[in-house]
Amino acid sequence: MIPLVEFARVSYTIGQKSILRGLSFSLQPGETLVLLGRSGSGKTTALKMINALIHPTSGEVRVEGKATTDWDPVRLKRRIGYVIQDTGLFPHFTVAENIGLVPKLEGWKPEAIEKRVGELLDQLQLTPARDFAHRYPRELSGGQRQRVGVARALAIDPPLLLYDEPFGALDPVTRVEAQRQFLALRERLGKTAVFVTHDVREALLVATRIGLLREGALELLTTPQDFLRAQGSEVEAFLQCVGDR
Amino acid sequence: MGPELAQLTAEHLWLVSISMSIAVAIGVPAGILLTRRAGARNWVLGFASIMQTVPSLALFGFLIPIPLIGGIGQRTAIVALALYALLPILRNTLVGILSVDASVRESGVAMGMTNGQLLRYVDLPLASRTILAGIRVATVTTIGTATIAAAIGGGGLGVFIFRGLASVDASQILAGAVPAALMALLADGGLGWIERRLSSW
Repeated sequence: MIPLVEFARVSYTIGQKSILRGLSFSLQPGETLVLLGRSGSGKTTALKMINALIHPTSGEVRVEGKATTDWDPVRLKRRIGYVIQDTGLFPHFTVAENIGLVPKLEGWKPEAIEKRVGELLDQLQLTPARDFAHRYPRELSGGQRQRVGVARALAIDPPLLLYDEPFGALDPVTRVEAQRQFLALRERLGKTAVFVTHDVREALLVATRIGLLREGALELLTTPQDFLRAQGSEVEAFLQCVGDR
Repeated sequence: MGPELAQLTAEHLWLVSISMSIAVAIGVPAGILLTRRAGARNWVLGFASIMQTVPSLALFGFLIPIPLIGGIGQRTAIVALALYALLPILRNTLVGILSVDASVRESGVAMGMTNGQLLRYVDLPLASRTILAGIRVATVTTIGTATIAAAIGGGGLGVFIFRGLASVDASQILAGAVPAALMALLADGGLGWIERRLSSW
């Protein structure tokens, strides 16, 4: 089977500074790969290479077997949903307009867009949907905004989702709810996902595999079960954060 | 004085609306272009700033000997007024677009928006209030500066003011100054109202 995403000796440098060093891994459909690392470890840079917001300095990132540099940039981005920390919702668009924008850009008919928006609002428990559809982002709580961000990423049902610290701006209680929602949604939709976080507990909870990045290199790539038993200073540093449980 | 007042007010309005239309038609697209061309930014803003620092009466004078745009009359006045109005419009367009939240722009790019779509759906709507504020400032100052157009035969309410100055007649000066001030207040209020209407989100 062709991996959905594949990194082949990917490096990225800005001037003299090396951000990523020879990253290689692949991702099969259905997986949730968590890229875990400290700030500045290169995890977000790696994520943004998948939807071609950043291109590698050397090496190749392939999506569905094709290098990101060979893809039509618009087609590639429409195959991938993108969820970021402060959600990046358009403040001047209502919830419905935010979620319906990509379908609109894809040329869907207004009735089809409305139906899809309704479905997604239901799916993400933004109910009553009719009430939420016409609100502006500033009229929502952090958790609700986050769900609208997810709904927007799911709008045209892309096979791959990228999450960049998606729950970073949420309070601890809402964050746990959002994590549960993530798992429930995966159960239901079976989407492949790459998920960036610096929170090792979150990584252990949502990952099917964890890739630990340190100074731009992949230090370890393993299942959550094996991660708990792994050796090495960086793994142990992260595991100390869960040690009290 | 009644019919003359009406005629000069109309002339004044004409001077302001034509020069403002030109300034907006050049300033907004140029401002947009500058957001995409960081290298040219300082040069163009520098030019527009210098235009603003030239005393207005002198600028009118400098333009007179220039062929095509110069000479005595309305045309020269319009060119000078448009040059004056350019800076606030240009600068606010640039600043408005550059201050759009980076995460909002990035999610637009990640959705596969083209440059044009990004401009239409994200940059311009989010910068509209700032751009309009620039247009408002430019309009108000242009209404004031347009009184000087009379000095080079451009007409407008300045005719009263210059006549009053020459004959030391305060009522003539007021006949020019008061309507101009009222016009500025109305423009400020009207454009301010539109600006607030744009901020519904």
